Amino acid sequence: MEEFKQLNAKVVAIETTDIDTDQIIPAIFLKTTTKVGLGKNLFSHWRYNEDGSPKEDFIINTPEAEGAEILLAGDNFGCGSSREHAPWALMDYGFKAIVSTSFADIFRNNSLKNGLLPVIVDEETHAQLMSLAMEDPNLHLSIDLESQTLNLPDGRKVEFPIDAFSKTCMLEGIDQLGYLQKQLDKIEAFEADYGNRVDTLTPA
Amino acid sequence: MSKPRTLFEKIWDKHVVMQEGNNPSVLYIDLHLVHEVTSPQAFQGLRDKGLTVRRPDKTIATMDHSIPTTPIGQPITDKIAAAQIRQMERNCQEFGVRLFDMDSENRGIVHVIGPEHGLTQPGMTIVCGDSHTSTHGAFGALAFGIGTSEVEHVMATQTLLQRKPKTMEIRVNGKLKPGVTSKDIILAIIAKNGVAGGTGYVFEYTGEAIRSLSMEERMTICNMSIEGGARAGMIAPDETTFEYIKGKPHAPKGAEWDAAVEYWKSLPTDEGAEYDALVELNADDLTPMITYGTHPGMGMPIAGTVPAPADVPVGERFTLEKALTYMDVEGGKPLLGKEIDVVFLGSCTNSRITDLRAAADLIKGHKVSDSVRFMVVPGSQKVKIQAEKEGLDKIFMEAGADWRTAGCSMCIAMNGDQLAPGEYAISTSNRNFEGRQGKGGRTFLASPLTAVASAITGKVTDVRDMMEG
Ligand code: SF4
Repeated sequence: MEEFKQLNAKVVAIETTDIDTDQIIPAIFLKTTTKVGLGKNLFSHWRYNEDGSPKEDFIINTPEAEGAEILLAGDNFGCGSSREHAPWALMDYGFKAIVSTSFADIFRNNSLKNGLLPVIVDEETHAQLMSLAMEDPNLHLSIDLESQTLNLPDGRKVEFPIDAFSKTCMLEGIDQLGYLQKQLDKIEAFEADYGNRVDTLTPA
Repeated sequence: MSKPRTLFEKIWDKHVVMQEGNNPSVLYIDLHLVHEVTSPQAFQGLRDKGLTVRRPDKTIATMDHSIPTTPIGQPITDKIAAAQIRQMERNCQEFGVRLFDMDSENRGIVHVIGPEHGLTQPGMTIVCGDSHTSTHGAFGALAFGIGTSEVEHVMATQTLLQRKPKTMEIRVNGKLKPGVTSKDIILAIIAKNGVAGGTGYVFEYTGEAIRSLSMEERMTICNMSIEGGARAGMIAPDETTFEYIKGKPHAPKGAEWDAAVEYWKSLPTDEGAEYDALVELNADDLTPMITYGTHPGMGMPIAGTVPAPADVPVGERFTLEKALTYMDVEGGKPLLGKEIDVVFLGSCTNSRITDLRAAADLIKGHKVSDSVRFMVVPGSQKVKIQAEKEGLDKIFMEAGADWRTAGCSMCIAMNGDQLAPGEYAISTSNRNFEGRQGKGGRTFLASPLTAVASAITGKVTDVRDMMEG
């Protein structure tokens, strides 16, 4: 996982709320056994016509979206399935942060484990950002993870929440598996005491 | 006396291995279910790091998502799917994980086979790289979906890093009327609470209406907890639960059984325990439900009218308009009588033997409308075999339905079973997202009874009309 400290990047906005993982990456592309190459099918149903040609009116296909690394989206982003292919596809496309008023639980967890930053803002800020993005196709925002702030073009700084553990992992690019492996002693001790618990899986 | 605790808290407390400062808890996992779509990258991760599956005895794998539902033994024509399935076989062999493979009688949708084999038991923590793991909560287990990184974490350590969620009691009072099913209860809850209403919570379903449901009906409700935004949904274990588990292949036996039941009886929420939130619903008021839009919260009583964008708060208008355009349905109009092309009876929500029995009962003596393709897909090979023993397959086929082999099938449309662009389907599955059942396809979610009634008439139909007739 790469470190995430600061980001100053172009924003692309999709106003739709409840964008589900079937829109982010349709199931048909989940037959892969690797994590790479999913970006070309990001938002596939919205992005391409039947014949595979790009739909010109979809924001991601417009020249303004080129190089955008921040996605601004409606409430409850990432609802639906647990597929980690969703953050993989967003990152493979080039996104590094998603800004919304809320995220679905599993999507948020999956994103943090891959170094994709979910930025939660209040409704008012969200509405302001949406109209800024509509007015200015070249809108840039900067994010500072250490201070947990999103900097608006008018100079306003908006704080966003992130739990301390995920923040450290993101800042330092630490894979959470490493943390669990360090606890193996404790896990073994827990298991040793587990024999007298009846809720163990009976062997086949 | 110790502080009264909820069902969730009892299971949570028992499985926390450790917790440091403000870090998330290390939670022990009793059962890890694995399928072909969300595991390849996890196995590769283990390989890259030189790790093993630490507790293969607590891990079980099956194939369900990308497999075709054509008869067993036929070659898989989709090359990419075939490669994924081969990779699954190799991974399970290399890491010593038990696999219910393509030819196995035990194969089926991962959330159908857990309970069917008695693997799913009260008090357990159960995870799978699949959001509908919430299904297993019907047994009074803490069961939730995880991402592929977490699949790797569980494989390597049998634990997960988790923050303790909040709890929401969903109390369903009263009694269901004829023609109204547990599917209608959960669709009504999501319509009322919204698709994000449960974010950050674990649901516990309580109340008279829930207690009177069978295990399979309870599974339908817990299955769709994730559609309500909650990662897990639970129902306290009771005699109905014990009765269902007893005698299943992995169920405890003899003295172990008695000890298990005694323990399970200690799990239900204590008198006086507090939840963080409460939602109440009366089953007497419910009618069959149907969705009209492109997420499971866009649902209404079947005889209702589709909301018009002007009727909803400003913030929701854009999404509703987009949904109605995609579905090509009109706000302010009813859905009853709308012609449909496909009926899908299947998925981890409604593909168990009791679902098939109820559907067969209703279709017996009727024919599927000429304009409808009706697919019946059992949730597992065991369900299929049982249904065939009871002659349900014949009833379906005589009516003109297509009787398939077990799998996720058209619920996810990555296996060859799918809608054509523009087609309308009534589906007993759990998701009506754009393109979920095939690019450009349109899904109305409903109960098996509503699905069958509509298959007969070729139109969106209120099953209660058929039952009175
Ligand atoms: S039946 Fe559908 S919802 Fe259930 S596990 Fe399969 S794809 Fe997922």
